[in-house]
Amino acid sequence: MFEAIDMSLVNWSRAQFALTAMYHWLFVPLTLGTTFMIAIMETIYVKTGKPEWKTMTKFWMTLFGINFAIGVSTGIILEFEFGTNWSNYSWFVGDIFGAPLAIEGIMAFFLESTFIAVMFFGWNKVSKKFHLLSSWLVAIGANLSALWILVANAWMQNPVGTTFNPDTARNEMTSFWDVLFSPVAINKFLHTISSGFVLSAIFVIGVSAWFLLRKRHIVMARKSIMIAAIFGFISSLLLIGTGDGSAKQVAKVQPMKLAAMEGLNDGVEGAPLVAFGVLKPYEADPDNEKLKDYLFKIEIPKFLSFLSFGDFNAFVPGINDLIHGNEERGIMSSFEKIERGKVAIEKLTAFKNAKKEGNTTEVNELRELLTSNDFQDNYFKYLGYGYVSDPNFLIPNVPLAFYSFHFMVMLGFLFLAIFVLSFWWVIKGTLEKQRWFLYLSILAIPLAYLATQLGWMVAEFGRQPWVIQDLMLTTTAVSNINTASVKITFFLFAFIFTGLLIAEIGIMFKQIKKGPKEEGGQK
Amino acid sequence: MMNIPYDLLQEYWWAIISLLGALLVFLMFVQGGQSLIYSVAKNNEQRTIVINALGRKWEFTFTTLVTFGGAFFASFPLFYATSFGGAYWVWMAILLTFILQAVSYEFRSKPANFFGAKVYEAFLVANGLLGTILIGTAVGTFFNGAQFTLNDYHQVTWETSTRGLEAVLNFHNVALGLTVFFLARVLALLYFNNTIEHDEIAKNTRKQLIINVVPFLVFFLLFVVVLLLKDGFAYNPETLVVALEPYKYLHNFLQKPLVLVVFLLGVVLVLWGIYNDLFRKAGKGIWFSGIGTILTVFALFLLAGYNNTCFYPSIADLQSSLHIRNSSSSEFTLSVMSVVSLLVPFVAAYIWIAWRAINNKKIDKDEMKTDTHVY
Repeated sequence: MFEAIDMSLVNWSRAQFALTAMYHWLFVPLTLGTTFMIAIMETIYVKTGKPEWKTMTKFWMTLFGINFAIGVSTGIILEFEFGTNWSNYSWFVGDIFGAPLAIEGIMAFFLESTFIAVMFFGWNKVSKKFHLLSSWLVAIGANLSALWILVANAWMQNPVGTTFNPDTARNEMTSFWDVLFSPVAINKFLHTISSGFVLSAIFVIGVSAWFLLRKRHIVMARKSIMIAAIFGFISSLLLIGTGDGSAKQVAKVQPMKLAAMEGLNDGVEGAPLVAFGVLKPYEADPDNEKLKDYLFKIEIPKFLSFLSFGDFNAFVPGINDLIHGNEERGIMSSFEKIERGKVAIEKLTAFKNAKKEGNTTEVNELRELLTSNDFQDNYFKYLGYGYVSDPNFLIPNVPLAFYSFHFMVMLGFLFLAIFVLSFWWVIKGTLEKQRWFLYLSILAIPLAYLATQLGWMVAEFGRQPWVIQDLMLTTTAVSNINTASVKITFFLFAFIFTGLLIAEIGIMFKQIKKGPKEEGGQK
Repeated sequence: MMNIPYDLLQEYWWAIISLLGALLVFLMFVQGGQSLIYSVAKNNEQRTIVINALGRKWEFTFTTLVTFGGAFFASFPLFYATSFGGAYWVWMAILLTFILQAVSYEFRSKPANFFGAKVYEAFLVANGLLGTILIGTAVGTFFNGAQFTLNDYHQVTWETSTRGLEAVLNFHNVALGLTVFFLARVLALLYFNNTIEHDEIAKNTRKQLIINVVPFLVFFLLFVVVLLLKDGFAYNPETLVVALEPYKYLHNFLQKPLVLVVFLLGVVLVLWGIYNDLFRKAGKGIWFSGIGTILTVFALFLLAGYNNTCFYPSIADLQSSLHIRNSSSSEFTLSVMSVVSLLVPFVAAYIWIAWRAINNKKIDKDEMKTDTHVY
């Protein structure tokens, strides 16, 4: 079915997709959160009629607009790269993945793009209330866009609501609601948008802190910080809650990812959570270069068991348990899964051959077998394993998953502290005196971007080597194109995206330096 | 879930794809306008007016393109996997021009924009030129075929190293590409008449309209005549075996008279819109020609996919050709999406309201001075 896989092609295709996704994700989080803060500011303006709120709305809207355009342009590449670089994947999952993507276009993108024009150009053309409604619809549209693509991504992490159809050799949807409301999808959506909200709040606080340090636009800066601190604090609580929910889902459906995130080689009851740790740069097991030991670590006893399963004494499987199996704990070995995957492939090949030869009896017998619940649950469920020859291939990059996860969590708590402190000092009226804090708030902007990127790295590197958990390997999803073509487009995109990023940062800095255009003569 | 037969769902979704394709071609007036920014506007002030007139609509085109891609992926995933994964270079070239377009509007007039306004204007022209021609040429392969084969597991192999770029060697594909290009320019000029209040721009627009109508008509006629006389790729509805059929597209018109009526009505409306702006009072032509474009392109897409026709034929292996029966999503998925598609009229209604709200007054140079958000 999938022969002669060119690893160089796979790696370059992965690099290109990662490049596009990471650039896209540099711009999108800011749009997710700023749209809501802009809508809140405009609501206050419409309610109070005070011109300073209109000034603030327009200022943050300008920064949002600069960011929005580049987010859109990187987004279109992502959508089409599913086809150009991952065509085997596109066919295999098109029946499920395509639906959220199409719904995203019809429901969310049009909402966002239609009303964004009113938001930017409608100030003197539509009523205040229509304009306000447009701003809220843009915020809802932007976040609805995130919903559908994240539902699709969640399905790749936890393929539910589908069955394998041997006739078409692909997965087909059997329950739309299972796909839409899978706990993985709900947690992923809420966790991702709340991370965007937190980044946006940090951005608003950081930029406002710069105005306070420069003693410019003090009123606007204070009010912006007030809005952003409250918005950011609420978002942080949502982020923590959904982070916990996501961890529980990972423990359930992607135990290997959890083991890699925690650097857990051997499973243990009452597993401790590593609050901080450094991995040894060399392997823990001479036979397996992917396993790492700790150089040192600070642990919170039993907390990993609690976070994963809500039970301080629960058993958390390690990498070795998942590879070699653990009969006592009812964990099937990867060797067994590989065998079952091979059976699935063998029967599917026999089915295809029988069809080609016109052997109706065999076709019917095999179709009955392949579509039976027993075969679907015990063999097709492990289809992807059938292409694995070395079980260690199933272990993701442990240091990458471990450090990404831990730095992301640490930064999340730093942002929460910034929201609490900035709110406290702004209502006390002493924020301008905390110059170190204002500098820290500015520094937090790049850290917020780093945190969201790390979040994606945990999710996407942690699930390797799967593009669809247990069903399709990344290596088998790739398009049959020559590596040179992908290399050329990789460097083209890298060059263009970097150039545009430089331009965007330059424009942003300039607009911030210019500051808001005052409305109604207020300072 | 809706209880609709599978073959009807497949036809319904081909109609949706056709409608989205038709809307996309209409909305490519934005690209057509971009290719004219140096012909219609003779100085920076005029260029700013023209770019702002287009800039308020670029997101519609962009969103329609994304939705067109998403809907194709959802309803006919085998086309998505085959064409995008196979004709790699054609799609990459198209996408590259669209990345540059999106940022160019927002960045062009902003200080510290790194590349300078002229470079962003060049990006807009490049997207206007290449985007339209390449999309038109790529759609030409719906009628003339492409160089791919599919194996038992639906994995695509492209038979040429040029990865889809060879489509430009077929004059019929290129004729469609150039038709789309000149049509986009004509529609843009009609849109300028409708949207911009500026004497000199109006004068230049009229001159350009005369210049662009002629090649549009020539290439359009060439494309249609060749299409009606050429062999088409038909499949047997019982066995799904694909074979060449002489005058297939002419037969499709004759066997589907409603499609022919839609096509002819569309052509008449396009011509009436142009005539209206050239010889009557300029300004309303965009609505006639716009609706005419949507009807004409809609009919051409239906021609490509209905009446047992392969909409993405393979000239490397006839039996690998794609048609709506062998490339669609499952019955369940098409049913689910059909429910969602009921939202389309609602979406169309709010687009109309927002469009009217923004275009209720023509754009003039005073607005460029007073508006806080100028491209």
